[in-house]
Amino acid sequence: MAQAQLAQGNAPLLAVRDVSVVFGGIIALNGVSFDMHKGAILGLIGPNGAGKTTLFNCLSRLYQPSSGDILMEGASILTRPPHRIAEIGIGRTFQNVALFPNLSVLDNVRVGTHSRTSSDIISDSLQLGWVRRGEAEINRKVVDILDYLNLGSVAHTVVSGLPFGTQKRVELARALAADPKILLLDEPAGGLNHEEVHVLGDLIRRVRDERHVTVLLVEHHMGLVMSIADHVVALNFGRKLAEGTPAQVQADPDVIKAYLGSKDQ
Amino acid sequence: MSAAEEVITKAPAVEAVPKRGMTLGLGASLVMLAALIIGPLFLKNFIIFQMTMLLIYGLAVLALNILTGGSGQFSLGQSAFYAVGAYTSAILMEHAGVNYALTLPVAGLICFGFGFAFGQPALRLSGIYLALATFALAVAMPQLLKLGFFEHWTGGVQGLVVTKPDPPFGLTMSQDMWLYYFTLAISLGIYIASVNLLRSRSGRAFMAIRDNEIAASAMGVDVALYKTLAFGVSAGVTGVAGGLGAIAVQFVAPDSYTVTLAISLFVGMVIGGVGWLPGSIVGSAFIIFVPNIAEHISKGLSGAVFGVLLFLAIFLVPHGARQVAIVAEQLVRKLKK
Repeated sequence: MAQAQLAQGNAPLLAVRDVSVVFGGIIALNGVSFDMHKGAILGLIGPNGAGKTTLFNCLSRLYQPSSGDILMEGASILTRPPHRIAEIGIGRTFQNVALFPNLSVLDNVRVGTHSRTSSDIISDSLQLGWVRRGEAEINRKVVDILDYLNLGSVAHTVVSGLPFGTQKRVELARALAADPKILLLDEPAGGLNHEEVHVLGDLIRRVRDERHVTVLLVEHHMGLVMSIADHVVALNFGRKLAEGTPAQVQADPDVIKAYLGSKDQ
Repeated sequence: MSAAEEVITKAPAVEAVPKRGMTLGLGASLVMLAALIIGPLFLKNFIIFQMTMLLIYGLAVLALNILTGGSGQFSLGQSAFYAVGAYTSAILMEHAGVNYALTLPVAGLICFGFGFAFGQPALRLSGIYLALATFALAVAMPQLLKLGFFEHWTGGVQGLVVTKPDPPFGLTMSQDMWLYYFTLAISLGIYIASVNLLRSRSGRAFMAIRDNEIAASAMGVDVALYKTLAFGVSAGVTGVAGGLGAIAVQFVAPDSYTVTLAISLFVGMVIGGVGWLPGSIVGSAFIIFVPNIAEHISKGLSGAVFGVLLFLAIFLVPHGARQVAIVAEQLVRKLKK
């Protein structure tokens, strides 16, 4: 009874159910399950080759799981092609930044609104009234997001010339432009120095609180995960090793063993 | 007021004016347009005819620019679309007696369909492999046009002779002059529509695909759809150019549309600057006039002279006319200071 109530009032936003991925003979993910609840920051950790990126790619529909299911608000995402993931509210950033290098910051973020807008080539060519009104709406939204992330001063700069840290913020802005319910962040701390990682942590928390998104953080940087995540899932060799609060996972003997190795090995 | 707001209110930042845009400034555009309108009034008919061809090839180069500069797909097969457009206009005019102006939208639509359909198998290819697949199309086209099966319509090896249209409404100008202004009006319309397209949501989707397909897809861009649409639009514009070309030259024949034409258009795009739409007319001028200049310099070695001139152009300004325009803009700014 209590459990049923819990399930009703607190249904997961995203549910990963017994997902396995097999490449040839290699089992990259083996029956992984966990839930993501609205407004939480979930940290996904694990040593290299643990299956973090594989899972991430299943969520963004680049890989098809061999078995299991992934449910977004109760509906399976596995029948959707990759380009129809953004429209149900799943946004992402990329491990080594995947911006559109020849476009300006503005245009990069404008592309982020693609899944929330519509047009056709004829109306676009003729700049019909509804297209112009839509474009004005897009611009208002994009300027708002650039302002929010302090990118206004580089709005017209072509992104390939920007520093790495700024490019990461542009990528975040582009993801936010699609009004995501869930933001998948693939190793956002990679390539940042100590100070920048700290700023990033604050930013992720701020975005969660003020933009009302749920965050899945795939990260190597233990300090970042442990300081901002509400809930942590640890993977190793494609299996779920431990799950719980950061403190619980950190104290888990299996996790310690996976990261540091055991004495008798 | 935040830093971002300050910047945005200072410069009307929200209007789509990226620094390295795809177009000319308003001033430069108007000067160019004025030259194109007034120029022919003082020129001989033969030169007016050449200027008509300048616009027509300019359109074909523009079409390739939308495909390559916009969506990042190569094509060495544009001559095939040009041929289909030319034959569509010629057949409609000569066999069905359709007014020349009305044949152009038909040519554009048929070529759009042809390009869109060709884009489907081309989806599996990219870069140099796509270039090869389109090259195959260009190689096959002249022979398809010669086929006995179509001969009743296409005139086979002989081709078709097209009647040159007279100026309408009793205008007293030469046929060449009328055709020039007719072509100019159509070119202008297509140019403006292309600029609009590339600045819009669809154009951004093209460029997102060009820059990073996986990221584009993650943003919700249907990569397959927009890639084939880019092929369709490019083929459609090339088809209109082909139709205009048939009317201007008054003749269509299979061997006018060989792979040499496709390569010329490719050269024109590179000389004009890939992705810079106004460069299309510069590229077109290069492929029309430079071979003539080369012939003037040496009759026997015209090909070699053309090669040297092409080499020099690529060596001196690798980004084509766009680079020249940027340097000129900086000079003007310095002078103003």
